[in-house]
Amino acid sequence: MNWLKRIVKKPLFLPLFSVFLVLIINVVYDAVQGNFALEFFRIELKEGALYGRIIDILNRGSEAAILAIGMTLAVSSSAGTDISVGSVMSLSGSLCCMLLAGFGVTHVREVSDLRMPIFVGVIAGIGVAGLCGLFNGFLVAKMKIQPMVATLIFFTAGRAIGLLLTNNKMVYIHLEQFKVFGGKLWIFPTPTVIAALCVAVMAVILRITSLGTYIQSVGINPRASRIAGINSVAIIMLCYIICGLFAGVAGIVATSRIYSADSNNIGLNLELDAILAVALGGNSLGGGRFNLAGSIIGAYTIQAITTTMYALGVAKAQAPVYKAIIVLLIVVVQSPVVKAYFARRRAQKEGALAFAGRG
Amino acid sequence: MSNEVILSMRGISMTFPGVRALSDVDFTLRSGEIHALMGENGAGKSTLIKCLTGVNDFEKGEIFMGPERRPIRNHSTLEAQKNGISTVYQEVNLCPNLSVAENLFIGREPLTALHTIKRQAMVKRARELMKKLDINVDVTQTLDHYSIALQQMIAIARAVDMECKVLILDEPTSSLDDNEVEKLFSMMRTLRDEGIGIIFVTHFLEQVYAVCDRITVLRNGQLVGEFEISDLPRLKLVAAMMGKDFNDLASIRTKEKTEISPELEIEARGLSHERKIKPFDLDIHKGEVVGLTGLLGSGRSELARTIYGADRAQTGTLKVDGKPAKIKAPIDAMRLGMGLLPDDRKAEGIVEDLSVRENIILAMQSLAGVVKRIPMDKQMEITKKFIELLEIKTPSTETLVKQLSGGNQQKVIIARWLATNPDFLILDEPTRGIDVGTKTEIQKLVIQLAEEGKSVIFISSEIEEMLRACNRLAVLRDGEKVGELTENLTQESVMKVIAGGEQK
Repeated sequence: MNWLKRIVKKPLFLPLFSVFLVLIINVVYDAVQGNFALEFFRIELKEGALYGRIIDILNRGSEAAILAIGMTLAVSSSAGTDISVGSVMSLSGSLCCMLLAGFGVTHVREVSDLRMPIFVGVIAGIGVAGLCGLFNGFLVAKMKIQPMVATLIFFTAGRAIGLLLTNNKMVYIHLEQFKVFGGKLWIFPTPTVIAALCVAVMAVILRITSLGTYIQSVGINPRASRIAGINSVAIIMLCYIICGLFAGVAGIVATSRIYSADSNNIGLNLELDAILAVALGGNSLGGGRFNLAGSIIGAYTIQAITTTMYALGVAKAQAPVYKAIIVLLIVVVQSPVVKAYFARRRAQKEGALAFAGRG
Repeated sequence: MSNEVILSMRGISMTFPGVRALSDVDFTLRSGEIHALMGENGAGKSTLIKCLTGVNDFEKGEIFMGPERRPIRNHSTLEAQKNGISTVYQEVNLCPNLSVAENLFIGREPLTALHTIKRQAMVKRARELMKKLDINVDVTQTLDHYSIALQQMIAIARAVDMECKVLILDEPTSSLDDNEVEKLFSMMRTLRDEGIGIIFVTHFLEQVYAVCDRITVLRNGQLVGEFEISDLPRLKLVAAMMGKDFNDLASIRTKEKTEISPELEIEARGLSHERKIKPFDLDIHKGEVVGLTGLLGSGRSELARTIYGADRAQTGTLKVDGKPAKIKAPIDAMRLGMGLLPDDRKAEGIVEDLSVRENIILAMQSLAGVVKRIPMDKQMEITKKFIELLEIKTPSTETLVKQLSGGNQQKVIIARWLATNPDFLILDEPTRGIDVGTKTEIQKLVIQLAEEGKSVIFISSEIEEMLRACNRLAVLRDGEKVGELTENLTQESVMKVIAGGEQK
């Protein structure tokens, strides 16, 4: 039993447990249906690309995973959430497409029609998202506005600015060079590769710099951090800038998937998935200690739930209901009240044992 | 003055989790007197008041009202008001957006038969009340039109109008200037002459002597005694508050001084921070330990914090090591070789959810900058060194600091600063809440630092400790540096300066 206790105490136990739970549902369902029980895990090579439910989850969940990285830092440092990321994604995609196509042009079919190299448009898109992050960070860190209120501004405005940029029309870029970000790279889905890259970059930064310690310190006790020489304003601003930049990356991926700037729909409600991912990852939305891996797992858990729904044949319109139920279960299991309950039970049991031992 | 007893509290005891807040405290209030309740922070003044007004529920003891000794026990401030006990706090608990008249009668408006408010009658009564108490305001204006002082007087008027026999004023003068204080005092005297008993809680010694008739002193939740104002000169009051037996002050040997370099580490001229600390000058030599002393709340922490930039100085200049220094934030001070151990360990010291290692390394890391992460093996080496050196009791380097005891948390923060190898260290109450053994270790550490040529500001509520460790003492009173003592450091001489004023 000791090994079990040790595992249960690991910080990543609950997020991993949640994934496990979703996987089990799939396996049981397949078995009951008389399918191959491990259908869920089957990966095959079709038309030069990997194919399978797992791959689909890793692909579709990429945007949420990318957002979850930045969201984790923003939550940890400022004890608040950045609700603008979905909207900023859309802005980033719109700016990128507008720059590539030129203002008012709705279709690009030839490379020669591009107004500028693709990478310039992409960098501009990510850059503008970074600026949005800077703006959010300024309001939160310097002006001390509540994060949700501060980021509400771009939550509202981001999409609208995107519509202005695209002259209220869908802008299509029918070019393989642009579709690649949402398509496949060799046999892998590119979004997954990009998400993995983003995670790797952030992990390396956290490893070789002391940013992680700074962020957590500011999130836990800003006054003590200040006395110890940490500029909490700069740290919080940096976190929001990072959050913005990753929203930009996610925006480019989402835009490339549909090779068009659909300002109204790109990243719609995705900020909620990102926040939920952070919470599912076992991170407190009250800031402080964070676990990046947890958030990433959380993001893919959400996608796994969605994909499972479709695999189980749940109609698209009803899927959110089941999703909500599963999320509710996971969140309740992780809640402090439930944790305290189990801690109490354990203490009682140990107390009883000690008592018995004495007699 | 009838001078009959209108309130007596007997044997009041109460505990907060882990702390004995009050033990067996008596308090007696007579009608027509202003009675000061004195004590340092944490002495139990507020707790006693809260027991009286029903905010806190005490475990043992009795409260009697009136000459007939009617036993009462309040469970809410409302109940206390019904029993004739009203309280006015430092922050005015009225509604700034309502008119003065509405504020005066809120919750007890004169009503018509249809239960609507008789506005005319209310305004009229309000005017009468203001006139009676000589408060010059237009009662139909909203409350936020008037200064804090006037708002406070209106709050008092409201309290007095409610059949109040006992009026409690809890630090009412903290945000008032001298003129306003004088006005408040004359109002208090008027009320006293009408036979109301006033309990006056303050930490301003001058004001006690200006207006009070009697003093009750508390210390560490215990009653020190009740005194007629004429029997308790300032010096004795300070002695009573600090718990020093005045007649038994053995002069403590002056420490054989180590060589102090003539070079100055810190040269402060006219530094000040808002209204917390008035402009002060302070020189600190290399290898010198300067103590800041004064009652709690006298501005000793604020002085140190202003040098360090924890509170940014609004005026004055600072030279560090002979060179002019601009300190905008603590990090600037740290780059100049300073460190500050703040007095509030929980709020400003530990980062509770970080590990012992992360807490120790924090200041060093912020000096190195965010990009240059101190390699893990070096972090471990430093952490282990200080755990050993300061004998920090922790299961491991990765234990969260919040799981350690208070004394060990304090050592972690000391380690944090020692790790940066500072030239100038400010220790604000480093020994508070720490066992005796550790206290001595910290004092030794301070002396050792000085021997290494480092400068130290040492702040402690325990004078003996200061006398042992410090070469020189700067004395503060009411946010002002009022003197320095180098020669003949004894408890008596220190307390004389703390008490200030003329000796009777």
